[in-house]
Amino acid sequence: MADLSYVRTEMLAERAPPATSVGFVGWARANLFSGPFNSILTIISLLFIFMVLKGLLPWVFSPTWSATSLAECREILHEMGREGHFSGACWGVIRERWVQLFFGFYPTEHYWRPIVVFILLFVALAPVLFAERVPKKLIWFSAVYPFLMIWMLWGGAIWSPLAAMAGFVIAYYVYKAVSVAASEVLGLIASVAAAIIWWLFLMGPVVSGLSSILPIGLEAVNSRNFGGFLLSITIGVIAIGFSLPIGIVLALGRQSDLPLVKYICVGFIEFIRGVPLITLLFVASTLLNIFLPPGTNFDIILRVIIMATLFSAAYMAETIRGGLAALPKGQYEGADSLGLNYWQSQRLIIMPQALKISIPGIVGNFIGLFKDTVLVSIIGLLDPLGLSTAIRADAAWNGIVWELYGFIALIFFIFCFGMSRYSMYLERKLKTSH
Amino acid sequence: MKKTVFFGALTVAGLAAGVAAAGTLDDVKARGKLNCGVTTGLVGFAAPDANGEWDGFDASVCRAVAAAVLGDPQAVEFVPTTGKTRFTALASGEIDMLARNTTWTFSRDVDLKFEFVGVNYYDGQGFMVPKDLGVSSAKELDGATVCIQTGTTTELNLADFFRANNISYEPVPIETNAEAQQQYLAGACDVYTTDASGLAATRASFEDPAGHVLLPEIISKEPLGPLVRHGDNEWGDVVRWTLNALISAEELGVTSANIADMAAAAGNNPEINRMMGTEGNLGEMLGLDADWAVKAVSAGGNYGELFEKNIGENTPVGLARGLNGQWTDGGLLYSPPFR
Repeated sequence: MADLSYVRTEMLAERAPPATSVGFVGWARANLFSGPFNSILTIISLLFIFMVLKGLLPWVFSPTWSATSLAECREILHEMGREGHFSGACWGVIRERWVQLFFGFYPTEHYWRPIVVFILLFVALAPVLFAERVPKKLIWFSAVYPFLMIWMLWGGAIWSPLAAMAGFVIAYYVYKAVSVAASEVLGLIASVAAAIIWWLFLMGPVVSGLSSILPIGLEAVNSRNFGGFLLSITIGVIAIGFSLPIGIVLALGRQSDLPLVKYICVGFIEFIRGVPLITLLFVASTLLNIFLPPGTNFDIILRVIIMATLFSAAYMAETIRGGLAALPKGQYEGADSLGLNYWQSQRLIIMPQALKISIPGIVGNFIGLFKDTVLVSIIGLLDPLGLSTAIRADAAWNGIVWELYGFIALIFFIFCFGMSRYSMYLERKLKTSH
Repeated sequence: MKKTVFFGALTVAGLAAGVAAAGTLDDVKARGKLNCGVTTGLVGFAAPDANGEWDGFDASVCRAVAAAVLGDPQAVEFVPTTGKTRFTALASGEIDMLARNTTWTFSRDVDLKFEFVGVNYYDGQGFMVPKDLGVSSAKELDGATVCIQTGTTTELNLADFFRANNISYEPVPIETNAEAQQQYLAGACDVYTTDASGLAATRASFEDPAGHVLLPEIISKEPLGPLVRHGDNEWGDVVRWTLNALISAEELGVTSANIADMAAAAGNNPEINRMMGTEGNLGEMLGLDADWAVKAVSAGGNYGELFEKNIGENTPVGLARGLNGQWTDGGLLYSPPFR
């Protein structure tokens, strides 16, 4: 051992890794240029991106924000020496019409109403979306929110939403009374019947009576004045909000042991899924008009919302059924062995797990439904796409296409991307398999 | 039991509606608003501005009717309709009248049970080609690719024209006018064909309008006019004579500028007096106020003024009067007399 010339006695200090293996260079070497083939692919892709941006960016960055017509845009670009069909975007149309694209024909002095409704939407969603960070009591606000939203958007006497809510209260008490006196099934039937009788026959006189005594309310806004993103979001939010519970009921109904319930649910789901949404919208806009007695004022947006809700509910039911089917049989048996009844086991054991499994599918449905709302432009409602046609019919903006579509696409992207990111957050939060 | 109640309710609603639908004129007066069907947007004919106010040649007809009936040109609920929904909207009573550049045809009048009350624009199908193509007549278009909106009468007219002239073409089906503009400019088709008014508006939106020509052939008759439902002749009369009042006003030299003077007192021209309500009781016969025509013309002007303001030669659409001139100027506008 004596000829051992050198033994290091102290630890070497940690050295920084070579510059070529860390940071951007390292990342690029590992991911982009890890071999000749990959290097070639990277260079081709970069060239492609460069070409796209080279064409796109000058078009996007065009100083036409203040223009008041397409001709003026062209003049501005012409003075800058930019010629040709795609020499620059004409953003003046967005400056002039963005308010219209958001609010449609909603009366200007009432713009605060949709804005408040939109902000309150997040308050109402908070107990659902971020359950652990907000007080539990807030869930009551979420339950009231649909009525508040409809009342604030459409206006009218405050008694109508209150009376509509009273229907649920009546149904609850009838259910309690009858189920104690007789059986639960009878209670269920009686409560539904009571609510329907209230809504169809008693509510109208009560509301008009109360309104004449205490006329509290907001100025009514006609459905025809809804347009742009206000229309899309209204249809989307209401249809999304109602399609989830209906979808859950349908999914459970489809798995029911009662043949009648089962076949009604199967028939409904398969019928709706077998028909394109646009067909349902045409039924809503034209066929219903013919079948209903002349002069019946059945609001067009309400018709569209009902159709969109039913359409989405059928898909939702199948998504949730997928979640139910993915649950191990032991979960159902475990719930039974604890002595829980059907609704208890669904509420406490089955649904929390099934819904968690179905989150990506459910959010996918939501996004699809939200984007499907633009189909209403086919039946003459002025959603963002319908409005873009109307704006183009203004002589000043005739000939503008990409600016409008680009703007609409951007707004839709923000909404849909937001929903998709939230669903990923939710999946991570609820992940219990470690 | 619920079903019975439901059908019972429907029946009651139906009976009530049957009574209520007795007269459109009374309905409109009771409602205080005219529901007028327009297009979802066509340059010069109907389009909402940045404040949501509808404007245009067809929209002006709605406003004139609203002014005549309700005394207020703003008392109109514009209901945008598409080519697919317009007729059901009218048939079902959702709208009181339709002023949506709709061609008066036999089957629409007879089979669909509508009543065209007149013609407010004589249109016809034309062709637009780039100047570079060097074509001066539609008959030279053998083998051309043609952009054509599907599901319209223009598609059928085109097939008829090319077959009658024994030449061939290749259709490029498109859905909307905006799409057509893009396709045509991108060179996807040699020719774009639609109504001549639409072609003029489209060409006006091009960067280089002079680089495109409208061919002289007009291959179809497209009389566009407002229409109402069959079976309510009183309402049909109101709309018809409002349109006629606009046309007669131009013929008789009544404009929005001088109408206040003319309506103030009876003048020398008995027909003007009858129309203005200073003589006779024409308004009463229609079930309207004596000065209904004054209000209709004051709403936006007479026919000529509306034409100049919305689609005339000084507007981007830039249409000449042509067939739409007064009969005294060699056009086709010929209002029956106010007597």
